[in-house]
Amino acid sequence: MAEASKMQVSDEVAIQIRGMNKWYGQFHVLRDINMTVNRGERIVICGPSGSGKSTLIRCINRLEEHQQGQIIVDGTELTNDLKNIDKVRSEVGMVFQHFNLFPHLTILENCTLAPIWVRKVPKKEAEETAMHFLRKVKIPEQAHKYPGQLSGGQQQRVAIARSLCMRPRIMLFDEPTSALDPEMIKEVLDTMIELAEEGMTMLCVTHEMGFAQAVANRVIFMDQGQIVEQNEPKEFFNNPQSERTKLFLSQILGH
Amino acid sequence: MSVSFTRKEMLPPLPPPVGERGVVKWARENLFSSPLNIALTVLGVLIVWWLVSASLPWWLNSVWNASSLGECREIVAARAGEGATGACWAMIRERWHQFIFGFYPPSEYWRPVLAFGLLFAALAPVLFSGEKRNLLIVLGSVTVFLAVTLWLAETPVVALVLSLALAVVLVAVSQIAPGKVLWFTLIYPPLCYWLLWGGSIWSPIVAMAGFAVLYAVFRLASPLIGLAPAAGAGVVAAVLWWLYLDVPIASFLQSALPFGIDAINSDRFGGFLLAIVIGVTGISFSLPIGILLALGRQSDMLIVKTLSVGFIEFIRGVPLITLLFTASLLLQYFLPPGTNFDIILRVIILVTFFAAAYLAEVIRGGLAALPRGQYEAADALGLDYWRAQRLIILPQALKISIPSIVSTFIGLFKDTTLVAFVGLMDPLKGVTQIVRADINWKGIYWEPYIFVGAIFFVFCFGMSRYSMYLEQKLKTDHR
Repeated sequence: MAEASKMQVSDEVAIQIRGMNKWYGQFHVLRDINMTVNRGERIVICGPSGSGKSTLIRCINRLEEHQQGQIIVDGTELTNDLKNIDKVRSEVGMVFQHFNLFPHLTILENCTLAPIWVRKVPKKEAEETAMHFLRKVKIPEQAHKYPGQLSGGQQQRVAIARSLCMRPRIMLFDEPTSALDPEMIKEVLDTMIELAEEGMTMLCVTHEMGFAQAVANRVIFMDQGQIVEQNEPKEFFNNPQSERTKLFLSQILGH
Repeated sequence: MSVSFTRKEMLPPLPPPVGERGVVKWARENLFSSPLNIALTVLGVLIVWWLVSASLPWWLNSVWNASSLGECREIVAARAGEGATGACWAMIRERWHQFIFGFYPPSEYWRPVLAFGLLFAALAPVLFSGEKRNLLIVLGSVTVFLAVTLWLAETPVVALVLSLALAVVLVAVSQIAPGKVLWFTLIYPPLCYWLLWGGSIWSPIVAMAGFAVLYAVFRLASPLIGLAPAAGAGVVAAVLWWLYLDVPIASFLQSALPFGIDAINSDRFGGFLLAIVIGVTGISFSLPIGILLALGRQSDMLIVKTLSVGFIEFIRGVPLITLLFTASLLLQYFLPPGTNFDIILRVIILVTFFAAAYLAEVIRGGLAALPRGQYEAADALGLDYWRAQRLIILPQALKISIPSIVSTFIGLFKDTTLVAFVGLMDPLKGVTQIVRADINWKGIYWEPYIFVGAIFFVFCFGMSRYSMYLEQKLKTDHR
């Protein structure tokens, strides 16, 4: 595995979140979130279930709406303006826990659909790009199969390739390995590590602490809708500051 | 005892034991598994035997050549003895054309026949998109069908040659560029209208030009004012075209370049001609309207949502016959005085609305069955609403709903017989009543209903089989 320190982080700001709050009805899910993500940063977000970590990254491409504060992605602020939202979404790739591949389309069609219809790339070129990324996630031979014919790990790698085909500048991962068998987790993590080594800006909600230690340059711990602690991975794991973090770490690392 | 165990070689798969496969196992499991099941099997066989033995003589003693029901009965009595029963199909032999065409003028029978043949040519590219082999089968059959039936219907030579040339061209195009056959599907509706109702060829062409106006205005305006307002402007322009320009332009063209065929009034339509015209038009228009209503019902926009819900609940909440009476009586009151709105057209509109309301609910079920992740994935890739619906959501939702959609279509097609209540001549009640009012066929009972029922069955069974083929073809989830 590569060392985190070797990877370049620039001073350019990729994502800026200021005083962001979100409610589901009366329930205050995200409370006063402030964070800045620089280009090339790889951030792992962890925390107990219900802590708002998925909601946080889903706000970054407006799958969830925030009610207060500011989210600025690549210089574009997310408001109700549909044009801005579509612009941000085409720049930000997202990988879901349950893959969410389109079951009625082949793997290749899954990968070329958005480039063709959103980016207006010619079909031929889109297919070449798709094959390039499918080779990269090491499943070019599955290109003409349907998602239902692939294993979970393969499907998740297709989902990553599908996002990459849009040439995103930022990638969001929402528990990408939580629905996978232990044997398949590694193949997906390897793909993500490779991506990190190429300098992709990544926000990753995951409980894979090995992955966090290997590639993250910052770990964020959330609880009850708030950022409780953030630090470099080494410090975070060896020397957690808050009691809540210590308890969480002892539970997930203890078994 | 040791718990240690290591398998040296893996076991190969074996076939199941003899008693557990084949016909013996099937019969034992399904027919004779318990005393109760044995009793039910025997009872079932007895019921089938009773039905067959009661009706078989009636079928076997069928009479095909007679000029009245009385003659039929004499022939049966002479052949099978006094008191024997027999079907009198001679009635069908004499009156089949009324069941098919109603009172359409016999010299013009070639027009509905041609329209019917071309209907399948127009449907083929939609039903079997891009499948060369199926297109060849359908279009080839259409060509053969037209060659035989048009010749039998004593078609004018020019029309016969032109129709067959068209059919052959379609076959050729389907093999060279299958996608291009869709163009014929586009020109089929006005062509069919013109063939069936006749009149000047310019009226359907100018009416269709309204759609060209809609599209042109939409294309020109959309870069300036955005998609939705441009679509609205297009619709307004098209409506203005139809209201004010349509008739003058059509009559001008007709006087400049007169060309047309005999006009046939709607009251001459009847039988399956009427059922198929209403059924096919209703089916083809109710699907897009139903999709829009289903999407409208899910919309976040309050007005769109309220209108969709109101429309669906109102139309679904009243019996179809109420709507048909509205079509035949009430609608005239709401229209400007002097407008003569064709009765078949009015009925088609309300039948379409009725089916669309049901389809909207069926499709809503399909939409609800899709996991939220599909919407989110489409959003996350930056697809806008209409593209996400068209490329991701609807293909899957419609696939889930195929069985229910086809059920609705079959229901619509059979419901076309209800137009009898507003005085149109449907095959089941209208035509049968006319036949039975004839002194020669007075008292005939089973035969017309069996004949009409059999034709309905062929169409409905065809739709059902097609839906199963489509489900199989679209099955990609490999569960």
